[in-house]
Amino acid sequence: MAISRARAKQLFSRSISSVASNPLHVCVVGSGPAGFYTAEKMLKKHQGAEVDIVDRLPTPYGLVRSGVAPDHPETKIVTNQFSRVAQNERCSFIGNVSLGSSVSLTELREMYHVVVLAYGAESDRALGIPGEDLAGIHSAREFVWWYNGHPDCRYWSPDLKSTDTAVILGQGNVALDVARILLRPAAELATTDIASHALAALEESSIRKVYLVGRRGPVQAACTAKELREVLGIKDLHINIQEADLVKTPADEEELKNNRIHRRVYELLSKAAMSGPSHCYTGQRELHFVFFRNPDRFLDSDDRSGHVAGVRFEKTILKESAGSGKQVAVGTGQFEDFESRLVLKSIGYKSVPVDGLPFDANKGIVPNIGGRVLINSSGDHSQIEGVYVCGWLKRGPTGIIATNLYCAEETIASISEDLETVLAYATSLPKPGREGLLRLLESRNVKVIPFNAWEKIDIEEKRLGSLKNKPRDKLTTWGELLKVAL
Amino acid sequence: MSMLEAAHEIDIDLEGACEGSLACSTCHVIVMDMEYYNKLEDPTDEENDMLDLAFGLTDTSRLGCQVIATPELDGLRLALPAATRNFAVDGYKPKPH
Repeated sequence: MAISRARAKQLFSRSISSVASNPLHVCVVGSGPAGFYTAEKMLKKHQGAEVDIVDRLPTPYGLVRSGVAPDHPETKIVTNQFSRVAQNERCSFIGNVSLGSSVSLTELREMYHVVVLAYGAESDRALGIPGEDLAGIHSAREFVWWYNGHPDCRYWSPDLKSTDTAVILGQGNVALDVARILLRPAAELATTDIASHALAALEESSIRKVYLVGRRGPVQAACTAKELREVLGIKDLHINIQEADLVKTPADEEELKNNRIHRRVYELLSKAAMSGPSHCYTGQRELHFVFFRNPDRFLDSDDRSGHVAGVRFEKTILKESAGSGKQVAVGTGQFEDFESRLVLKSIGYKSVPVDGLPFDANKGIVPNIGGRVLINSSGDHSQIEGVYVCGWLKRGPTGIIATNLYCAEETIASISEDLETVLAYATSLPKPGREGLLRLLESRNVKVIPFNAWEKIDIEEKRLGSLKNKPRDKLTTWGELLKVAL
Repeated sequence: MSMLEAAHEIDIDLEGACEGSLACSTCHVIVMDMEYYNKLEDPTDEENDMLDLAFGLTDTSRLGCQVIATPELDGLRLALPAATRNFAVDGYKPKPH
């Protein structure tokens, strides 16, 4: 339709009076923080909007439920706010509906005026080094889903008994979470909402030493102060950090000068390196921060072929990258082997592409500008009408829960602008919205889980938890979840 | 009463994702007058850890849930980072941290 933005605005500008008869139907795919903040802001800004939040799980809240560690309950309080959004009369949570298998993006675009994809990043970056397929090497994401009771990892079974040493590649907050869950006495975890099957496995775990390995130095460590302070403060845990690793280059000093987060993290690491006891007693649990080591290959074991026995690291030094000015790790040709039968890669998540949605495989995101989905990532800025992204699918898998607040604001601003201009005509025409989706899903025999059905799961988990002195005891299989909900 | 609670009492849009339990930075506020900033007790390590992650952090930033109303603070002026992003509050321009 060859019509200018200004003319479109003039002709089809929405007014409050026309809204009731022709609601704006919005579908948000993904019910984590990105999805819920988007829904909340949409409902607030557009009083005639009806918003559906779809999720492939029967349970909402995304990584707040399946990512935040069990011993961090305060970080989960935000679900109270999300719950209020779901209970808004113009909002519906629709669980157990998968984009791609239950319904296609094309179908959603036919039924809704606006579709916002906020389904995050459910896969992992790969190192691409030899031996990566050996048994005993896992992604941190799987480990976290496992201890948080994600139904896709219910029968995932890490071997915590055949070794006393775990190597974690990466030093971000997820890596610290994994280290902490492996090293905290199981008795302390017993009163959290950790999944029961994971607690049972951790009670029998023989892991006593954990190495957190980074390619660069303490100045570049990706974790943040709160998490670091917490892990350094664990009772009776021997912390090992080499003082030699703390030496700073002039470029390091420059980096620290401009970055409060890294400054405070460096100070904590520095203090821990100087103040810890130099010897640890037999059987004491140990946490080692290893810097300047880049994984070169995984080593196979002689006795159990196909199972990892260790990691070969190449020692690195920092060099300033010509383009960015940032310091990158460069190999020195010197190698060092670490023995371990349990390796957890915590090097970043990756989004999964979906049919009908352009994907930038390089960056692992959907190409977009301000949340408006582009036809491709080639540089041609043509948009796909009515389709938007928010959260990790838009920005890549970085940031905290609150980052999605600002991300959602930006996407909603783009949507709002488009509603007055390029979408003005299309949104003046009625669409079936929720009714259409539910009818379609019923014809496909998809059992949808509305919010009040999730609440049955919620109540049952809390009831089971009360029997074990836990805030909740999660239902962790698809069967149990659907049985209680439906 | 904290500034976060006060804001909610009078329907000001100050986010409080963790409801005051020092597990987020969404109630970040900017104290507009240095004189008042200095009257406040220093932030604890825990508050500073959360401030590390606040968007638009300034020299006089605090978490709204940690600033408790006292008679001494009468006249305290707080800016919300959302407002300062547009520099729309009395022409006040916060110093970047």
